Amino acid sequence: MLKWIFSALIILSFIFGIFSDNSKNVSDAVLSESVNAVNLGIYLLGAMCVWGGIMRVAEKSGITDALCKMFSPLAKFLFKGISPKGKAFSAICLNITANLLGLGNAATPFGIEAMKALEKEDNCKDTASGNMIVFAVLNTASITIVPTTVAALRMKSGSENPLEILPAVILTSAATLLVSLSAALILNRIRRKKN
Amino acid sequence: MKLTDILIPLIISAVLLTGLIKKVDVWSEFVEGAKENFKTGIGIIPTLIAIITAVGMFKASGGMDFLTSAVAPVTSLFGFPAECAPLAIIKPISGSAALAVLESILRANGADSFAGRVASVMMGSSETTFYVLAVYFGATKIKNTRHALFCALLGDLTGMIMSAIIVSLLF
Repeated sequence: MLKWIFSALIILSFIFGIFSDNSKNVSDAVLSESVNAVNLGIYLLGAMCVWGGIMRVAEKSGITDALCKMFSPLAKFLFKGISPKGKAFSAICLNITANLLGLGNAATPFGIEAMKALEKEDNCKDTASGNMIVFAVLNTASITIVPTTVAALRMKSGSENPLEILPAVILTSAATLLVSLSAALILNRIRRKKN
Repeated sequence: MKLTDILIPLIISAVLLTGLIKKVDVWSEFVEGAKENFKTGIGIIPTLIAIITAVGMFKASGGMDFLTSAVAPVTSLFGFPAECAPLAIIKPISGSAALAVLESILRANGADSFAGRVASVMMGSSETTFYVLAVYFGATKIKNTRHALFCALLGDLTGMIMSAIIVSLLF
């Protein structure tokens, strides 16, 4: 999958670059965007280390156990055959909590941890398990309670009430979440993993 | 002072305090946890480089502009404002580019116009699909992500259609 997207994007940009006379920009983008990617990685790395440290302290203090009890009915419904004592389970609960609180920077490190743990617990070789798909999809459609960046941009563009879109945002993201999660759960049933 | 500003320091302090009360060696546990994630974090960077460079090249080539103008007639069929079509295309691929497009839509049409509201709702209601999938699967050894991308893009499509419907119902 990724090999096709990756190759298609690059080959198409070579072709478009020639036809729209943007080859110089494409060529510059190779260097500048790869540097951007490293910067982003370093930024993520800092956040991941801090939250990884905090998560471990929370684990040893019994905080994650308490959170997991709270989310356990939801997690058991979404993730098939997941062990409530496993590392994946606690990382998923922390990820959901951080997302609900609107802490995107904290949610990502927990999410990555959960993916690695799911990979191990579901015994994946190089093919994603159903649980991994459900979890990744859950995060692409993640519910945002207060879209602060958008509100700031609206204010800057002279909106009378930048936060008036809030109910619409919540309804739309709920619809998005419902459709993509149901699709993942249904497809997981239909398309059994072959390996 | 906003609640969101207090939240992160509050959570970190509360966790540390609980740890101290429970007699956990918070210092070594913190460093140990940070060390574990450091390895994972370094491991993600090559994936990020691959995806972000490819997307950046595509944007620079003018391919994105071609795609948005090709799709606009189709999207306007179901009452989706044509001004918002570029955002719908870019949103799943690049968060920072989407923010720039949103800014230009708000500036050109006004933040409280139909197109301005639809664009804001769409932007606020989902994450950057490609980025999330690249980061999440990039940390694992998974090569075949099966229907993950399809389901996530289906969600983006829903968000696009629903933002237009919900905004016209609510305002």
